[in-house]
Amino acid sequence: MTLWLTLLFMGLVTYALRLSMIVLLEKWEIPPLVQRGLRFVPPAVLSAIIFPEMFRPNGTLDLSLGNARLIAGLLAALVAWRTKNVLLTIIVGMGALWIMQFVIR
Amino acid sequence: MESRLLWSFSQSAALLYNPRVSSRAAFISGFRAELPILLGTIPFGLIYGAVAVSQGLPASMAIGMSSIVFAGSSQFIALQLLSASAPMLVVVLTTFVVNLRHALYSASIAPYTRHLSPAWKWLLAYLLTDEAYAVAITHYYDTSTESPHKHWYFLGAGLALWGSWQISTAVGVFLGAQIPASWSLDFAIAITFIALVFPALKDRASVASALSAGLVALLAAAAPYKLGLVLAAVTGIVVGLVVESNKQGSRGAGAQG
Repeated sequence: MTLWLTLLFMGLVTYALRLSMIVLLEKWEIPPLVQRGLRFVPPAVLSAIIFPEMFRPNGTLDLSLGNARLIAGLLAALVAWRTKNVLLTIIVGMGALWIMQFVIR
Repeated sequence: MESRLLWSFSQSAALLYNPRVSSRAAFISGFRAELPILLGTIPFGLIYGAVAVSQGLPASMAIGMSSIVFAGSSQFIALQLLSASAPMLVVVLTTFVVNLRHALYSASIAPYTRHLSPAWKWLLAYLLTDEAYAVAITHYYDTSTESPHKHWYFLGAGLALWGSWQISTAVGVFLGAQIPASWSLDFAIAITFIALVFPALKDRASVASALSAGLVALLAAAAPYKLGLVLAAVTGIVVGLVVESNKQGSRGAGAQG
């Protein structure tokens, strides 16, 4: 039940943001500092997810070569940096992970 | 004789698809403009649906989120938080931070929707995703196509994306149920984000933002209530702003000196 409530609030918050200027705050200008800060939301939020997934896959810091996610992630990063191709990155990253998991097992 | 037929045919075709002429034409035009973009969002929908199910989220909730929240990146992140049993407040707060940019879209489009009825405003606001916004605002900015029907174009684009997101999510959920957990599908989110973060690293400030956020996320990973994510995001934003203004400050000093 709480899960559905969570979804509902997520939805309300998101809708409120979308509705904000169009309906609710039609006269309000977004402060320039907020506008400037907004462009850092993608790199900040995405990295905040990526780093723990790669470096702390099981909750503890794992910088060893045995950390398949670390290696797969680094490979994916290389592909993303060089090719800027989303689909290729996903294929290489997941492929590398599966190969390593298969080998390690 | 044939060229005349061809001419009149193309004339009527032009009228049919001329967004200036009718709201229906504008709607179709917007819908078609969105098609190439939604092709790119289909893999994300599939991955989202599959990962949601593999993490134990009920199919109804996974699919429900796509219409209740209807925001891909925050849906992905919510999956992470929910699987770690983060409290509701943290999930909602994180959703707020991640989706803040929609307020910017809202502000940017508001001048063009000002004249519409409340029903139109509320409907179009619901459809205001990154992808629909990009197409709609381009059309609004294009002064070479003056038309009273631009909100129909917006509607077409928005509905195209909505439909495609619901379908790809549902298909992903269906496929995900067939895939065993040992396939580590949850890592697909991190990989997708790696693919998405690099284009966003355009300058020193954004790189600093990313690195500082990542570092804080690692350090704060043990923080209660999964607040580490919000803390890391805020750190990244602040660092980005500081590096950006430092650069401007030193440039100004250089120009004077």
